[in-house]
Amino acid sequence: MFRFISSRLLQAIPVLLVVITATFFLVRAAPGGPFSAEKAVPPEVIKALEAQYKLDQPVWQQYLSYLNDLVHGEFGPSFRYPGRTVNELIVGGLPITAELALYAMLVAIIIGVSAGVFSALKPNTPQDYLPMSAAMIGICMPSFLMGPLLVLIFGIWLEWLPVSGWGDLPGDKILPAITLGSGYAAFLARLSRGGMLEVMSQDYIRTARAKGLPEWVVVLKHGLRGGLIPVVAFLGPAFAGLLSGSFVVETIFQIPGLGRFYVQAAFNRDYTMILGTTVFFATLIILFNLLSDIIAVWINPKLRHQIQGGR
Amino acid sequence: MHNKKILRSTTTLITGLLIFLLVGCSGGENNVTTGNQDGILHWGNGTDPQELDPHIVTGIPEHHILTALLEGLVAKDPATLEPIPAVAQQWNISNDGKTYTFQLRRNAVWSNGDPVTAHDFAWSWWRALQPALGNQYAYMLFPIKNSEAYAKGEIDDFSQVGVKVLGDYTLKVELTNATPYFLQLLDHYSMFPVHRATIEKFGNPDERGSLWTRPGNFVGNGPFVLKEWKLFKRVNVAKNPQYWDADKVKLNGISFHPIENVTTEERMFRSGQLHHTASIPIDKVAIYKKDKPHQLYTHSYLGNYFYRINTQLPHLNDKRVRQALAMSIDSKQITEQVTKGGEVPAYTFTPPDTLGYSAKPSFEFNPEKAWQLLAEAGYPNGKDFPVTELLYNTSEGHRKIAVAIQQMWNKYLGVNIILNNQDWKVYLDSVNNSDYTIARAGWIGDYVDPNTFLNMWVKDGGNNRTGWSNSRYDELILKLAPKTIDRNERYKLMAEAEAILLEDMPIIPIYIYNSKSLVHPSLKGLKPNILNYSLYKNLSLDPSLSGVKLN
Repeated sequence: MFRFISSRLLQAIPVLLVVITATFFLVRAAPGGPFSAEKAVPPEVIKALEAQYKLDQPVWQQYLSYLNDLVHGEFGPSFRYPGRTVNELIVGGLPITAELALYAMLVAIIIGVSAGVFSALKPNTPQDYLPMSAAMIGICMPSFLMGPLLVLIFGIWLEWLPVSGWGDLPGDKILPAITLGSGYAAFLARLSRGGMLEVMSQDYIRTARAKGLPEWVVVLKHGLRGGLIPVVAFLGPAFAGLLSGSFVVETIFQIPGLGRFYVQAAFNRDYTMILGTTVFFATLIILFNLLSDIIAVWINPKLRHQIQGGR
Repeated sequence: MHNKKILRSTTTLITGLLIFLLVGCSGGENNVTTGNQDGILHWGNGTDPQELDPHIVTGIPEHHILTALLEGLVAKDPATLEPIPAVAQQWNISNDGKTYTFQLRRNAVWSNGDPVTAHDFAWSWWRALQPALGNQYAYMLFPIKNSEAYAKGEIDDFSQVGVKVLGDYTLKVELTNATPYFLQLLDHYSMFPVHRATIEKFGNPDERGSLWTRPGNFVGNGPFVLKEWKLFKRVNVAKNPQYWDADKVKLNGISFHPIENVTTEERMFRSGQLHHTASIPIDKVAIYKKDKPHQLYTHSYLGNYFYRINTQLPHLNDKRVRQALAMSIDSKQITEQVTKGGEVPAYTFTPPDTLGYSAKPSFEFNPEKAWQLLAEAGYPNGKDFPVTELLYNTSEGHRKIAVAIQQMWNKYLGVNIILNNQDWKVYLDSVNNSDYTIARAGWIGDYVDPNTFLNMWVKDGGNNRTGWSNSRYDELILKLAPKTIDRNERYKLMAEAEAILLEDMPIIPIYIYNSKSLVHPSLKGLKPNILNYSLYKNLSLDPSLSGVKLN
């Protein structure tokens, strides 16, 4: 297991290097610089700004000094927010985005898995069709429609929940979590239905039933463990996706998270911020993929044997 | 069946979740109600402020916060936009209009108790001109003698710049030319004083982004002090008890909410989270106009929407072609059916009645004449007219206008136009490098004077970008008008210049901007003006109007 983890971590280094290099040169190749504005900026001011952020150096030199900073854990100063470093902005936004992603994940798992299991128990009956059609709608409905719709109903018409904010008013985290989680809930529902259907036709389930175990024990103890393997494999990438994909929800609900920086940085040509967030998200995605692999191994005896057998 | 049990537990789970959702109600508590009780104004402020250093920032959201935190020598009366005393109690202007002597009030103090003196202004302006600081608005100080040469590093002796401290409370400013709008500039943030000891404590004076602007560090001289600055969340300011005019300040504080998305902002307003919004979604204007006109606050704005024409291209080098394009745009139809926000069609470049100046409209919507002009230029019925591209930065509003104009040009002139949209920074790059044919543009005046609209079109001006120039125009704007002291005489020269510009048409004015916001009835003291300028110290909140139904 240790060897499995360490080899995966070693593989991550060249991947990250490629991500850094590609991003570094792509952002510089994009037309329009960080300091261009509708009102012409005088050449001497541009020069002063470029000197301040070392943009007057040759590109390869900028690249090397950036790599050097990265090794020391420094993402550099933000171009758009002169008084802030990229580290400071990421540290400020991450807890909020992570909290939002966590709640969204909970919503996705609770709704998704229960709906999936529920449908799998009576395949091809109304008990299956209803939740699965709802899931299909959930997958199809983008968050920029779902969010405003929920706000309109629960925020403005019924006045039950706040329309925006994060941690300012009681209940203001509910709508963003549901909006972000619903798409994933729908996906999880389909995955867990598929997994459960496959498992419930296995021999060991028949054995369990033959032993006279109550049906709920069969489903929850024997069925779920095998049926949720595809779900678990999906959770890692899904969590990384929730973290980096929260831009729309953060914009709709006015949440000061990381997703917004990520997209805004690209529009602003905030070079260091684009690089910093990209590298950060790349690392997260690699870590979460690894984590979900580890959980999959732990939960799935077949895989565990494969790894141990490979020693 | 045991399935029933599972069914029951699943349904219990789902109902439980729903109950959890519904119980977490907010119960009607909102910012407007609590704000009215506590005297806290909740202000929608557009994008998040980049910084709070007046010599670094460039945007309108920063402008709002900084006018609460700092105060210049002179302010403006929001109703008339005429100068009113601020830190300067009075001032004298020499007969030639070139020397201003300001008498500072003795009771003006910084929020840490230090007196605000003439030295503070001299030092702050010295800092604003430091080349290494990269101050994009340094040019606001350029009317001051030798300041431009100093900012560009041509001279390095600040004593040659026309700012002299005659005493702790007397400041003399010498200008290169009589600049009738000089007093107008003094309440722009680039001219605001900053607290020297604080800035030096946290870094070099010409260092970008030192920590002096953080809450707890910031020392200001305005009616409010900085309390809290949470990125992407809010900037809170509280009443400054040390402010010289504190007795007149009615608010106890302001909460500036950065909200980039106008739709979110409108929803927040409707649910009582804001007293004042920075904007309003275009498609909501008509609804508010009809159902809730007393909440919609619109007035003309000192800016315009126009198209630039790249006059370096052979077919657009012909004045008649440019005139034909201008005369075949029905701007009235655009403002009435496309933008629909109460904008005014523009037939001059400077918005009408800019502090008493109105240029004579020199073109009109006249498709027959346009057709004839284009035929004279060699393109009867648009025949053989080269492929022409209309560039705009990606936005639904710009697209709608471009589509309307594309149709008008096709209908009245027979020319075919290709639409091209680019991301904002790419678009800026294309326009700056003259890599466009016709491009959408907007311009907001820096101060209320025709000069801010006209001096951009001089030869090689940084904002010209059309390749157009005219020697008489340059003479009028750069030589004759600056030397003229009498306002009417000066306006006459300006009008002559503008007539040349509109005759040659390197640009096509389309409409004058309109500022639009939503205002809660409990907010009192706002005065409409073309700068959309508000003096926060004059605003107040009326708790008896908290409960007005917004839905």
